[in-house]
Amino acid sequence: MSKPYLPDGLPVPNQDSIALPYWQGTRAGKLVIQKCGGCGKHQWGPEWVCHRCHSFDLGWAEVAPRGRIYSWQRPYHPVHGALTDHGPYLIVLVELPGADGIRMVGNLLGDPMQEVRIGAEVEAVFEPHDTADPPYTLVQWRMLG
Amino acid sequence: MTERSLRGKVAIAGIGETTYYKHGQSPDAEFKLALQAILNACHDAGIDPREVDGFASYGDDRSDGPRLAAALGIRELRFSNMHWGGGGGGVAAAVANAGAAVQSGMANCVIAFRSLAQGQFARYGRSRTGAAAMGDDAFLAPYGLMSPAQRFAMKITRFMTEHGIRHEALRAIAMASYHHAQNNPNAVMRGRPLSEEKYESSRWIIEPFHRLFDCCQENDGAGAVLVVPADRAKDLPQKPVYLLGAAQGGHHRSAAPVHNAPDYASAHFKTVAKNMWDMAKLGPKDCDVVQAYENFTGGVLLSLVEHGFVDPKTANEELVLENLLVSGGRMPMNTSGGNLAECYMHGLEMVNEAVRQLRGTAINQVPGADVVAVLGGPMVTPVSSLVVGTEATL
Ligand SMILES: [Zn+2]
Repeated sequence: MSKPYLPDGLPVPNQDSIALPYWQGTRAGKLVIQKCGGCGKHQWGPEWVCHRCHSFDLGWAEVAPRGRIYSWQRPYHPVHGALTDHGPYLIVLVELPGADGIRMVGNLLGDPMQEVRIGAEVEAVFEPHDTADPPYTLVQWRMLG
Repeated sequence: MTERSLRGKVAIAGIGETTYYKHGQSPDAEFKLALQAILNACHDAGIDPREVDGFASYGDDRSDGPRLAAALGIRELRFSNMHWGGGGGGVAAAVANAGAAVQSGMANCVIAFRSLAQGQFARYGRSRTGAAAMGDDAFLAPYGLMSPAQRFAMKITRFMTEHGIRHEALRAIAMASYHHAQNNPNAVMRGRPLSEEKYESSRWIIEPFHRLFDCCQENDGAGAVLVVPADRAKDLPQKPVYLLGAAQGGHHRSAAPVHNAPDYASAHFKTVAKNMWDMAKLGPKDCDVVQAYENFTGGVLLSLVEHGFVDPKTANEELVLENLLVSGGRMPMNTSGGNLAECYMHGLEMVNEAVRQLRGTAINQVPGADVVAVLGGPMVTPVSSLVVGTEATL
């Protein structure tokens, strides 16, 4: 198993009940996003109601694990003990045209000093944390092509 | 039908502040700082503190109104108000809420304040360890996105990239605050001027737009203003400073989870600024001075744009140091040193400075200032801003 992008010891995501289908999907290597049964639109993060039509009939659907970079940052300052002496890393905000333009936050894999361009195409990479209790999988991103 | 407005109805009759300290350096407890600032505001206004009948604050201030009322022996508490939202997004809202309470007759004499001795609690820029990330944070913290700077950085990247705004614009914003602080004896950065070289050689907090000097510090202290009906203010010792307009809130889904606000690259002032100017019946061109809350200099840029002070197309030319200084600037800004260099008192220190400018008693006085805008903490939600003026503006 390859190493995770960021060091161990960062906060572990709580797999809240409202988001459980997402977390289950990532374990199976699928990107599963909340989708409204009333109006058929996706929304993210998970909510209790559809912000468009107010339906509570919120289901989940697998979406294409591809997007484009909407914005980015390269933090240097360690905001957590696990990042002390780690050095810079890349965070990207990715827009998913295949899922009504919802946006997801993740890391951009590869050289942390690589040039990042808004609009660049990226694809999801599933990063398992199998030894965590409970185990979880993060959705990361890498440049396409 | 009578117009529903606070314009000219209420006034700030007194201002108070404590000594401002570097983070963790206050010899006094946070609650004691709050008491000192409130008593100073009452003294400034010539009002017996026991006459205060309301408290309004923001940013989850720990010095709650009922406790303050008990400590000060307030005769009767009629208004106790906490504005939702973190940081300084609520600074203008707290003043406006005090004003609304006074104008509606719910209270007569209301303190709006902020007290902060962050050193006695937890730091903002560093996350607690060990805890699982809940809610929104489950989709952010595992990626190393935890601090306020990181929460806002991608708004700034997107906006500045889209509009081709250069980092020198942010440098000018930081330098203006440091410049003005050098004359201010209560500024924590007095004696520590900021040159272009010092800015450029400071370390990266976050690329591409957050060097060390683009980020606010953390400080200890407290600030307070006393809000009374306009008629009452006329009979008090200080020159009244009238609330002309105020608004709070955010545009459509500005608080959407996991960075999904439809209009993302924003300080969240687009509707708020319009509502504030509408109430004031004024616009950015009418302002003599602007106090623009710096959590990060990129946020100031967004605030100035959304309030109409700066056009993104010409931001590189407009946001140069000379334009922002009291001495000869077209848009004097953060005239006491602001959050960056006077004190990070979550913007309350900027309300106090707006009052001094209108009284004509500021250390870096803009001659004949009649209208001052205070733009509260940007990029959080809800945000708030206000505009105040002298009697001549009524
Ligand atoms: Zn729907």
